[in-house]
Amino acid sequence: MSGPKGWTMQIPAPFDYERASDVANALTLLERHGPESRIIAGGHSLLPMMKLRLARPEWLIDINDLAELEFIRREGDQLRVGALTRHTALLESADVAELFPIIRDAEQVIADPVVRNRGTIGGSLCQADPAEDLSTVCDVLRAQAVIRGPDGERIVAMSDFHRGPYETAVAQNELLYEVRFTIRPRSGSAYEKVERRVGDWAVVAAGAAVGLSADGTVEETAIGLTAVGLDGTVPEAEAVLRGQQPREDLFVEAARIAAAACHPVDDQRGPVDYKRHLADELTRRVLRRACARAAGAKEG
Amino acid sequence: MQVSMTVNGDKVTREIEPRVLLVHFIRENLGLTGTHWGCDTSNCGTCVVLMDGQPVKSCTVLAAMADGHDIRTVEGLAVGGTLDPVQQGFMEEHGLQCGFCTPGMMLTARALLDRNPHPDDAEIRQAISGQICRCTGYATIVRSVQWAAAHPLGAQAEGDAAGAEESTSEEVTA
Amino acid sequence: MTTVQEHAPNPAAGDPGRPIGFGRLQRKEDPRFVRGKGNYLDDIVLPGMLHGAILRAPVAHARLVSIDTTEALAHPKVLAVITGKDLQALNLAWAPTLSADVQAVLVTDKVRFQGQEVAFVVAEDRYAARDALELIDVEYDMLPPVIDARRALDPGAPVIRDDIEGRTDNRIFDWEIGDAAETEAVFAAADVVVAQEVVYPRVHPAPMETCGAVADFDPVDGRLTLYETTQAPHAHRTLYAIVAGIPEHKIRIASPDIGGGFGNKVGIYPGYVLAVVGSIVTGKPVKWVEDRSENLMSTSFARDYIMQGEIAATKDGKILAVRTSVLADHGAFNATAQPTKTPAGFFSIFTGSYDLKAAYCKVTGVYTNKAPGGVAYACSFRVTEAVYLVERMVDILARKLEMDPAELRLKNFIKPEQFPYANKTGWVYDSGNYEPAMRLSMKMAGYEDLRREQLEKRERGELMGIGVSFFTETVGAGPRKHFDIVGLGMADGAELRVHPTGKAVVRISVQSQGQGHETTFAQIVAEELGIPPESIDVVHGDTDQTPFGLGTYGSRSTPVSGGAVALVARKVRDKARFIAAAMLETRPEDLEWEKGRWFVKGDPSAGKTIAEIAFGAHGTVALPEGIDGNLDAEVTYDPPNLTFPFGAYICVVDVDAGTGHVKVRRFIAVDDCGTRINPMIIEGQVHGGLTDGVGMALMEIIAFDEEGNCLSGSFMDYLIPTAMEVPDWETGFTVTPSPHHPIGAKGIGESATVGSPPAIVNAIVDALMPYGVTHMDMPCTPARVWEAMQGRARPPV
Repeated sequence: MSGPKGWTMQIPAPFDYERASDVANALTLLERHGPESRIIAGGHSLLPMMKLRLARPEWLIDINDLAELEFIRREGDQLRVGALTRHTALLESADVAELFPIIRDAEQVIADPVVRNRGTIGGSLCQADPAEDLSTVCDVLRAQAVIRGPDGERIVAMSDFHRGPYETAVAQNELLYEVRFTIRPRSGSAYEKVERRVGDWAVVAAGAAVGLSADGTVEETAIGLTAVGLDGTVPEAEAVLRGQQPREDLFVEAARIAAAACHPVDDQRGPVDYKRHLADELTRRVLRRACARAAGAKEG
Repeated sequence: MQVSMTVNGDKVTREIEPRVLLVHFIRENLGLTGTHWGCDTSNCGTCVVLMDGQPVKSCTVLAAMADGHDIRTVEGLAVGGTLDPVQQGFMEEHGLQCGFCTPGMMLTARALLDRNPHPDDAEIRQAISGQICRCTGYATIVRSVQWAAAHPLGAQAEGDAAGAEESTSEEVTA
Repeated sequence: MTTVQEHAPNPAAGDPGRPIGFGRLQRKEDPRFVRGKGNYLDDIVLPGMLHGAILRAPVAHARLVSIDTTEALAHPKVLAVITGKDLQALNLAWAPTLSADVQAVLVTDKVRFQGQEVAFVVAEDRYAARDALELIDVEYDMLPPVIDARRALDPGAPVIRDDIEGRTDNRIFDWEIGDAAETEAVFAAADVVVAQEVVYPRVHPAPMETCGAVADFDPVDGRLTLYETTQAPHAHRTLYAIVAGIPEHKIRIASPDIGGGFGNKVGIYPGYVLAVVGSIVTGKPVKWVEDRSENLMSTSFARDYIMQGEIAATKDGKILAVRTSVLADHGAFNATAQPTKTPAGFFSIFTGSYDLKAAYCKVTGVYTNKAPGGVAYACSFRVTEAVYLVERMVDILARKLEMDPAELRLKNFIKPEQFPYANKTGWVYDSGNYEPAMRLSMKMAGYEDLRREQLEKRERGELMGIGVSFFTETVGAGPRKHFDIVGLGMADGAELRVHPTGKAVVRISVQSQGQGHETTFAQIVAEELGIPPESIDVVHGDTDQTPFGLGTYGSRSTPVSGGAVALVARKVRDKARFIAAAMLETRPEDLEWEKGRWFVKGDPSAGKTIAEIAFGAHGTVALPEGIDGNLDAEVTYDPPNLTFPFGAYICVVDVDAGTGHVKVRRFIAVDDCGTRINPMIIEGQVHGGLTDGVGMALMEIIAFDEEGNCLSGSFMDYLIPTAMEVPDWETGFTVTPSPHHPIGAKGIGESATVGSPPAIVNAIVDALMPYGVTHMDMPCTPARVWEAMQGRARPPV
């Protein structure tokens, strides 16, 4: 990989470093050091960019000491996950596995176990790489992002959180604080990714979540796709299932619509029609699995 | 800036640029060259060290971020001159050839066994899946970790008996 | 004659766990590696050492207009910035390659591939050197690049090598072998002929340790010490002497522990030369170490062969002839590291393991605007491409004839009684017994059961494939009369000294990159002299410490250097006989050898061990006429022929019909490398090569876009298998010793890299049979497999 002028690098350009002592302090530091300061958590998105000198912040504000941001808490009908929660913690959480199997599905295929020891949910979401798995997962679970800034806290729906590739609702002087997932009974979710090799970014991935009513009809559903240029979920595909008993022909129809709605690009991972085919194939698979999980789920 | 951390049980303090990567700090500032470097993009895992007991890719951690933390490198695997069973296992089962990825592989194996003393082969493969070995084809690494699992420290006498078993090589002859 | 021989530990050795010679033995190099005490290139720190970094071209083809180094030179930690112009003044701007071409050390006229070396910064530390690269301003005038080798010879294609006087096109060479007319006649009369384009894409050895050098030039005595990641220190020394004009006795090349080579560390790279220039210019030691992108984008790639294959057979499956024409992409400079007289390496062994009536091939080498190289990645000088071609063609023929691919192979093997076997392209296969190896692999695989399982799965719409390959390699070059590299004959030396107390040191000219030379070569001496391997040190890698020889690549260490070591030990043993006779006051012809001692025939109690003889040699015993007072010897071994290891591989894959994802479920490898020195090390070499095969078959490729931008310049895109993509290998072996090698050994370092890709691709194509797929090119990524299933299989380049 070569930098803009043709040199290759393994070392970031110089910067200053400060470690935040708590969230308030992190916000103060962001304010103080201005637009050329960046938050660093796990560092597995930012540092590689800095080594290639494609990112050159003047200040890094390290939030790794903020234990207050590292939590997975079940409270009422919500699962609250602190922004600094490591991928490994999400993967190993029994609550996550039980309530939101899609997160576990995704975490098993995000990077590799060593990277997952450092990388965080907040880092993944804020990097907002179009091939990033947790963004799709959070879209599909209709999660809420809790953002802290100088003027206090605001809660943003995932549909508003993502502003495009590498762009989010988190302003320069703000910090993603936590992600909230709503727990609902008789729900199920699933994620499946095709990758060229373990640890690779997705060629295409699909995620789905469903909530069933007591009689087994689909009350709520969400379908999302990774790495195919889709913003948010696919309402037209979701509408096919809503109010219906889960059935293979509906999965097929919903998947067809989802595949038609995305905008893959041709690259080293594959041509457009293959990716569209995968969107279709994987959507069917995750719908089947999510519905089966919902049918087997506890009443909540 | 000044950083202080514990490396293989010793407290170290150095004056560094904030941008110094942990891998360079360990190799160049501390002279512990057992930790190697293999890529620019956190893909190869050659540089893995333990930070607070967990494997991390030290090319993607700033030395500044390790300030105040506990680091363990390959030089800290043997305790008091006694090799860690993982080190012994890699020798017994030919878990290394060129030796370049070996320190990172052994540290990940150590962390795995600390968490899960009796992993199955699939769990071992999963644990090392962020680390590339270009020489061994991994099967002997899996056997090496299994050897270590079968010979935990403190069970040395028992271990020696088990070690006398035939090799796990599965070669078949005509 | 194939025998099954397992060298059991010799109980006479004392410790029953340790073999005195051949057998499974833990490696002598491991204690330092597991403690993190290896000494690799980047671990070397010399007093006052500076750091170099290379500015590289961002484009593939462009005229160099200007370089402004002012700002970089003003950097407080920068000591020098070297450009092509500076090198011109020293007559070092161009350096000879290993294939009678020249390569720019730094660009003087124009850039010929993306990543080419443009300027060299020397600074006080690694970070400052990299920072200064950003401060160099270079202006380029863009030129249209030649990226597709198929277009390189088009009339009007830009001429890449306008530096060579009189050059009007991009053709490097045309080379042919075999009898074209005879082959045409066989093809014309054959019942069945099949043809297929088979592409072996550009891949990269990508050792975990990148390339680097530490140069230390002493201006006072004019002596250059150069630590290098090199597989061939002696050849490098001679070349530096020729290129840089430094007298050869003033050059010391030292190769420390090498973190994997696979052919990547054979050539002389501009970075090495620049480190030397940097040290000469600054008067201080200079270290240069590549980053991963530099390694992938600029150093020796492998393969890049576009092969038009044809195979002719009778309708009942007797293979008659193979024919191919090849377009070989050598990149911007012809820098392949291979013997002088074979521009296509040993590709001419594409006749495989089959008894043919005729064979013919033609290879055309072309320049393109890509990194130079071509021979690397455990390829045995392009036996990889040859085996891949013939093993794909045989499978395609099997499909056409509706025959089982294993049966077709068994029907056509060269028979054991035909060895030594002269093939149709000039090779004389030393020994072979192919059927037992094939049968063993089928037995281990449970071949019939697998075929049954496959049928059942097909009925359910599941895709399972079984792939077979059988390979014969040609490794261990010389003989020197046939094979040389830039005029240096491919022979290897060995020196052995037995110290007075019976401990020994053997010095060899080959260089380990992980193969375990320190163990294997000690075992050869141990086997010959009967002293334990732990009493024998193996010295290698330092030209001041070792005899001349051509180095480790092409699986030549055991076939050539192993022969040298066996012979030097025998020379010592023969000398020991004279000394023992003097000590025992008898005649040498009255003595008999048993492992470790000479004794009087008929009186086994009267004897002397090697240790006793060594002490005698250095002691006060009156030595016979012509025997000097030591137990030392040296030899240079010029092998009479190459060796021809072979093997039978079977791969089982499952393909996800919905996604095209391939899972290698099982892999069975039966290898025959002749006499086996250390089965543990042999098994390790096989495992590594099989993993290479999975990498190449499924994921590895150095790809370019139309502008010549390298799309695989990091490990994010150049994918290498992890523990998750490979199965637990199933290995077996037969033993057919080489008749001419001193210990019958043949070499094993590259067998599996050579033999495994066709087994995997054959398995994938077999799995896709329900979709009518008869061929697909590597890498078989999910997308490319799916395209093949849609009837749109396409070449990767």
